[in-house]
Amino acid sequence: MSLTLENLSRKVDGVDYIRDVNLTLEAGSFNVLLGRTLAGKTSLMRLMAGLDKPTQGRLYYDGVEVTGASVQRRNISMIYQQFINYPNITVYENIASPLRLARVAAAEIDRRVKETASMLHIEPLLQRYPLELSGGQQQRTAMARALVKDATLVLFDEPLVNLDYKLREELRAELRDLFRVRQCIGVYATTEANEALALGGTTTLLHEGRVVQSGPVMEVYRNPVNTLAAQLFSEPPMNMLRGRVSDTEITFDEYSHHGLTRDLARLAPGDYWFGIRPSHIALVPAHDDDLEISMEVALSEISGSETFMHVENRHFEMVTQLMGVHQYHTGAPIKVYLPINKLFVFDRNEQLVHTPAQGGERGG
Amino acid sequence: MAEIQLKSLAHSYSESPAGPEDYAIRQLDHVWHKGGAYALLGPSGCGKSTMLNIISGLVQPSEGEVLFDGQRVNELSPRERNIAQVFQFPVVYDSMTVFENLAFPLKNNKVPGARIQTRVAEIAEILEIADKLHKKARNLTADEKQKVSMGRGLVREDVTAILFDEPLTVIDPALKWKLRRKLKQIHEQFDITMVYVTHDQLEASTFADKIAVMYDGQIVQFGTPIELFEHPNHTFVGYFIGSPGMNLIDVERSADGVSFGAVRVALQEWQIERLQGLASNNIKIGIRPEFIELASGAAEGSYQAEVLDMEDLGTYKIITVRLGTQQLQVRMHEDFEAGIGSRVHLSFPPQWTMLYVDEFLVQEQS
Amino acid sequence: MDRIPDNRAWWLVLPVFLLVAFSALIPLMTVVNYSVQDIFGPGQAYFVGTEWFREVLTDQRLQDSLLRQFLFSGAVLLIQIPLGIGVALLMPKSGIKGSLCLILVAIPLLIPWNVVGTIWQIFARGDIGLFGWGVNQLGVDYNYTGNTVDAWLTVLLMDVWHWTPLVALLCYSGLRAIPEAFYQAAEIDRASRWAVFRYIQLPRLKSVLVIAVLLRFMDSFMIYSEPFVLTGGGPGSSTTFLSQTLTTMAVGQFDLGRAAAFSLVYFLIVLLISWLFFTAITHADKDT
Repeated sequence: MSLTLENLSRKVDGVDYIRDVNLTLEAGSFNVLLGRTLAGKTSLMRLMAGLDKPTQGRLYYDGVEVTGASVQRRNISMIYQQFINYPNITVYENIASPLRLARVAAAEIDRRVKETASMLHIEPLLQRYPLELSGGQQQRTAMARALVKDATLVLFDEPLVNLDYKLREELRAELRDLFRVRQCIGVYATTEANEALALGGTTTLLHEGRVVQSGPVMEVYRNPVNTLAAQLFSEPPMNMLRGRVSDTEITFDEYSHHGLTRDLARLAPGDYWFGIRPSHIALVPAHDDDLEISMEVALSEISGSETFMHVENRHFEMVTQLMGVHQYHTGAPIKVYLPINKLFVFDRNEQLVHTPAQGGERGG
Repeated sequence: MAEIQLKSLAHSYSESPAGPEDYAIRQLDHVWHKGGAYALLGPSGCGKSTMLNIISGLVQPSEGEVLFDGQRVNELSPRERNIAQVFQFPVVYDSMTVFENLAFPLKNNKVPGARIQTRVAEIAEILEIADKLHKKARNLTADEKQKVSMGRGLVREDVTAILFDEPLTVIDPALKWKLRRKLKQIHEQFDITMVYVTHDQLEASTFADKIAVMYDGQIVQFGTPIELFEHPNHTFVGYFIGSPGMNLIDVERSADGVSFGAVRVALQEWQIERLQGLASNNIKIGIRPEFIELASGAAEGSYQAEVLDMEDLGTYKIITVRLGTQQLQVRMHEDFEAGIGSRVHLSFPPQWTMLYVDEFLVQEQS
Repeated sequence: MDRIPDNRAWWLVLPVFLLVAFSALIPLMTVVNYSVQDIFGPGQAYFVGTEWFREVLTDQRLQDSLLRQFLFSGAVLLIQIPLGIGVALLMPKSGIKGSLCLILVAIPLLIPWNVVGTIWQIFARGDIGLFGWGVNQLGVDYNYTGNTVDAWLTVLLMDVWHWTPLVALLCYSGLRAIPEAFYQAAEIDRASRWAVFRYIQLPRLKSVLVIAVLLRFMDSFMIYSEPFVLTGGGPGSSTTFLSQTLTTMAVGQFDLGRAAAFSLVYFLIVLLISWLFFTAITHADKDT
């Protein structure tokens, strides 16, 4: 089954929640909605589920319009941030509840409950009550209940937010593996770029109720259509420098001058935005034509294997993500190197004009 | 400001604890030095929030002592201990304006009006809520409410310490970056003892100079972010720190080192020596995904492994390989390529191969 | 999957609609009908227009009892609301003590109105009533059947005894709904007990208090059986409240038209004041 959204909009009290969204979710696909809080992720999922009615546009299941049909007629599961289980019945009965409602035969219920429970590693807990479980186990129970009934559309609304960072890592991997073998459409809302990368599938970037970009995760990640997409899908956000290209050189903020080599030589003279991911900025030059910029250290954050260093000068600030531990004092002068083969280039209207080639020689 | 010392501290929520499993905190000694920026890191249920509440006085420990600058404070209320604490979910006085919220702790401390004005303005400026000062707190977004909660903790100048209990849970990731940086700057500026509870290793290591990792009611390691990463004292630290965590492999003693299946792992001299002095057979080796070396050709001391999976995470890739009976994860740079099912050669650099006996690190004797 | 217009749900509303019609609308319309006619007996009714309303609004007896009624309801609210909040604050938060307190506090609410009147009628007597006798023993000359002030105080005391528990229980449930984190934050902020009440408990009791004030106002404004049993409205007519005046008019004197007009005025007063209360309180909630 596929789900198609056509010019979908929703307005509440004159405020736009969703604006003119066009999307097609294919059968068996896993779709991540990535956006900041209030970007419209939950609103969009509620429209897909039929919990809200769009003010404009249409919704099709397999080409059949369902815009006004009630929720009960659609086969949908939803998983929320909060762990929602029935507290007065066992985990087993919690998972079985949607099947009991659908009047599935007892033997079949038993088989499916056990199968789903083992997929989510909660088989030993089936006879316990939800409130006796840890947060991660409770959310696993809620997920099992959503997955047991073979829904055609499963919606996840930031389901891992309230869990430990380590548990998130594990559940994320489990979910990704689970959806590889299922035929339903999965939709997963998150605010974290790294979560979208880890989950894979299709990524749709949402901002202020609009779709900024949508496509296979790596395609979106590697070819952000504009500066907004680049910033949304990069953690920490992609560094953006305003530059002017003349016939002979490139100038950042009328401050730092560089020669035009390789890809840059192809740019027509004019104003551009140059984007570089924090992980591609280096402290030592790797090529002769790396762009060298003098900065000062504003703050250096160490996370075990990596250092996030915030650097700034009078004109702009950047974040660098460096492998290993680099300790610098605040205010220390430092030179950073931007490899030309890792630069994204956007025109003055912030639309992508050049994307760095993948693979091969490494920048940082 | 004070040095905070915990002496043979233990706490159980049950009235008559039967065994160690009834304890949220088990027999623990620890010192938080004056003016430090510390993190208390661990999974949920490890006892970290309990410890924070014991320091602030919201919870009375069942055993042991809490000392501020050597003085026993067990019997003192949070009010008397003069400690600021920021909670996981925003707590604002919603009938008050943002200004009144921030001024509240100062008014309670009888700070003169003029000082309140400047101090509130200063903190509001740092937290970027200066333009919201006259809004009613109930009309704020969750982000803003949490900033107000934090502001109420930061606004006091004379506090013994500021405790944070997962303060950034409700904050948007984009903003988390900024706020963490703000907290660090505030610490550098005011030099107050700060203890920050979190389950997120990045949050802990970007905020704190030193991190206490809690597991099962105990502090299993107290060290700098680098120490936790490079020399995890306990297998749990290895697993919990790092993304993905450390590869931990059960091994057996063999003639000149340890082995699993047919794979023999070369150890350093001192590791073998120390291992011979220990009786336990609960032996593991640990190596971080970042430190395993992968090559397409064989080299001396390398093992052949099969690539099972490759996960592209944008800035890096996680390669899952099978080596003998074990699955290992290797972290490679983003441009690394290897076909699934293909053969690669891995090696474990000896300086990064850790040896664990009974879950604790075997350390070099100095 | 086409959209199916499904109007069957309206049938589900029908029983409620019928119930409301029979319990409220039809009786109310009957009253409206009576209020514009002079009725002598079955089939002998004459249309009199607004005459009854004019008479009712100028009747000295009714105006007096309306004034008494306002004084009484005002006093009830002024005493019971703060007292109820106070009791709720003092009740233990949980455990066996909490449950016991709940039961103890709730007992007066379980006693029927006229029984409450009877209890106090005896309890406050100077000769055999524990309360009346006790007060007299203290050297205070107390006699609720003869002294207007004593009668008033006794009626008030009885109402406070009977109904403060309702306010207390409502407030108690409101207090229990406040998350522990707020108290912890206040403790950390070194807030005084008063500040905790003023800035945490009171704001969060607001919605519960709106309900308590409305209920207590409406109930006290329509009080009948307790003072009727206790004092019979006396001495003189000093404790005769609106309902009793109305009953005397309708049942005692069979003055149906006048009583109907009076009922409608009564009803409108209650409605108007409740509405004023409600909008005033909910509007104060909005931010400026």
